[in-house]
Amino acid sequence: MRRWFDDLPKYADDSSWWPKGTKRCRPEFFLFWLGVPLTLLAYFTVGAVLCLALGLNQTNMNDYFAFGVWIVVDLAVIGLGAGAFFTSFLNYIVGKTELKPIVNAAVLIGFICYVGAILMLGIDIGQPIRGWFGFWHANVHSMLTEVMFCITTYAIVLTIELLPSVLDNRRISRVPEFGTFSHNLHTIMIVFAAAGTFLSFFHQGSLGGMFGVLYARPFADRGGLGIWPWTFFLFIMSAIAVGPSFTTMVVMITEKITGRKLTKHNVKMLMGKISGWLLVVYMVFKSADTMWWAYIKLPAAGLTMDQMYQAPYGYWLLWVELGLCGWLPALMLVQEKVRASYGWMFVAMLLACIGITLNRFVFTIQSLALPVLPFEKFYAYLPSWQEWGIASLVLGFGLLVFMLAYRYLPIFPQEPELND
Amino acid sequence: MVIDLDKCTGCGACSVACMSENNIGVLHNETDKIRSITWLRVYQIDNGKAFPDTEVAFIPRPCMHCQGGKSGTPGQAFFQEAPMDEAAHPPCVSVCPATATDYDEKTGIVSQIPTRCIGCRYCVAACPYHARYFNWYDVPWPKGTPRALSPFVSPRMRGVVEKCTFCYQRYQSARNKALVDGSEVGEMDYQTACTEACPSGAITFGQLQNPKHKVHKLISSEHTFRLLEKLQTNPKVYYMSKREWVRKMADNYVTRHNKFAQAAAQGGHQQ
Repeated sequence: MRRWFDDLPKYADDSSWWPKGTKRCRPEFFLFWLGVPLTLLAYFTVGAVLCLALGLNQTNMNDYFAFGVWIVVDLAVIGLGAGAFFTSFLNYIVGKTELKPIVNAAVLIGFICYVGAILMLGIDIGQPIRGWFGFWHANVHSMLTEVMFCITTYAIVLTIELLPSVLDNRRISRVPEFGTFSHNLHTIMIVFAAAGTFLSFFHQGSLGGMFGVLYARPFADRGGLGIWPWTFFLFIMSAIAVGPSFTTMVVMITEKITGRKLTKHNVKMLMGKISGWLLVVYMVFKSADTMWWAYIKLPAAGLTMDQMYQAPYGYWLLWVELGLCGWLPALMLVQEKVRASYGWMFVAMLLACIGITLNRFVFTIQSLALPVLPFEKFYAYLPSWQEWGIASLVLGFGLLVFMLAYRYLPIFPQEPELND
Repeated sequence: MVIDLDKCTGCGACSVACMSENNIGVLHNETDKIRSITWLRVYQIDNGKAFPDTEVAFIPRPCMHCQGGKSGTPGQAFFQEAPMDEAAHPPCVSVCPATATDYDEKTGIVSQIPTRCIGCRYCVAACPYHARYFNWYDVPWPKGTPRALSPFVSPRMRGVVEKCTFCYQRYQSARNKALVDGSEVGEMDYQTACTEACPSGAITFGQLQNPKHKVHKLISSEHTFRLLEKLQTNPKVYYMSKREWVRKMADNYVTRHNKFAQAAAQGGHQQ
């Protein structure tokens, strides 16, 4: 059947750049849809220029909410992007080669999450031009120092891990030097996977540790093992549990949007199984931590759970985080019947991703919202439009990079055989 | 520092003196109190009772210059002036990624280096007393006023955190004078601006561990207390009040009828 746009003139034919054996939409449509991420990036640019030129008074943050939506988004995307290091770890180091068809996608998503987070953090600090002080005048006792070092170096590792996919582009790989370089990179990728695993383990933990060490903030404060608060371990566990879910979910969304099968369902099921069992382990520890915090830690500070969950940050947040978006997806994903169903597995993975985002939200916002001094006031916080603009960077940047990568790079090696 | 809340009238002279001494600017909109800068903020509290039983008290709150670490009494090397006894661990210092804030083992003062601060605000999040302030705005210094600023304190730029330093510049100048005179820094040689400005003499400043200083005697009173002692921040600012309800307002107490929670609370209350 002829379609109305088949008669339109072809302005550019980029099919020679597409991955071998795949089909992509016409360039005009692609350019049209690029408008979505570009609009988001324009929104980000307006917010960024205002914040850099006029200061952080453009936000709704204040001396009570020292952190806002940017830190929530940062923590969430870094947690969700953990699929990159954990899938690489399982594939290259543990030897779970069944995950190979999805490793490229995981690395790409991780790259987007980390680079997006770093760019946002550049706006978030009051003196962006002094960002390097964290490296030069590093305070080795600070969890944030570790985060700064690790996310920066891990973003470099991710770039290197992503590079073979770029060099494997049909046109680029025709250049013999690039082809050789790419082949050599493939052979030593295990080194970068190991480096990424080491770095990522630590900064996922440090992000949690950042809150657990706030010993004068009872909502966040947790005891721990040596210098590491329990949140250090809980953040690692939650990230490796939900990272594979997020990667799989993005692949599933891409499949639905493009109408093409990208990975076999058994690969997705394996990712779901890994996610499910790790989520069960995480939920056991998280539930124990919550009980200990509620019955031992808080009363020792003279506080109760009721004081921790005040409107609008009420108990519903706890039940949604631990129940609806914690135990429920964990118990769903460990069942093969659920994983076999495309729709139910997606629902379970989505719930798990919402759960980890809520966890990062409460640790950032609720920790600060609750007054510690008995005579202090309770304040609520809503981000300004400029803050949302900067937060939309991750989405805009992510969509742009993912769209370009999907169109031109061999991210999904199973795609040609699945769409014959 | 010891602040007698029964003497404090809430006049705010301490805040004004602090702003003048430390070159704290006045913003276009000073009604936005969660973004304006007041190193020494005066809280008003009441006993929650209806008239005629209503009572009011004021709590001036500078930086607490927490020591953290080991709990105990002043006699148990609570504030060690001999360094290396036990590492100090204020809530805000260890978190700074750029070492822009530090704990001076000699004086026990928590310092802030605005020119090194990257403005991440992690220390602001760590402080339960809200004693740290971020410069959300450029200070609109009116024409000519910079000439009237104190030359001993650098005005801060937008995008950095600042806080009470116990007028450290006064300590430096007293130390220099003592060095020239070949003497030691005396009690009255180093007094903060707020102490000097308080018209009712509610603020007393000195070395907590020095038996010759007035604060040393004051903190042994049964009416002294500190804010949020249960959190073990070990503040160096003490308060005094003979009114029990005022002392009770300084910390959180488990009131819910929960046997387990109450038992834990008793175990957790170390001080």
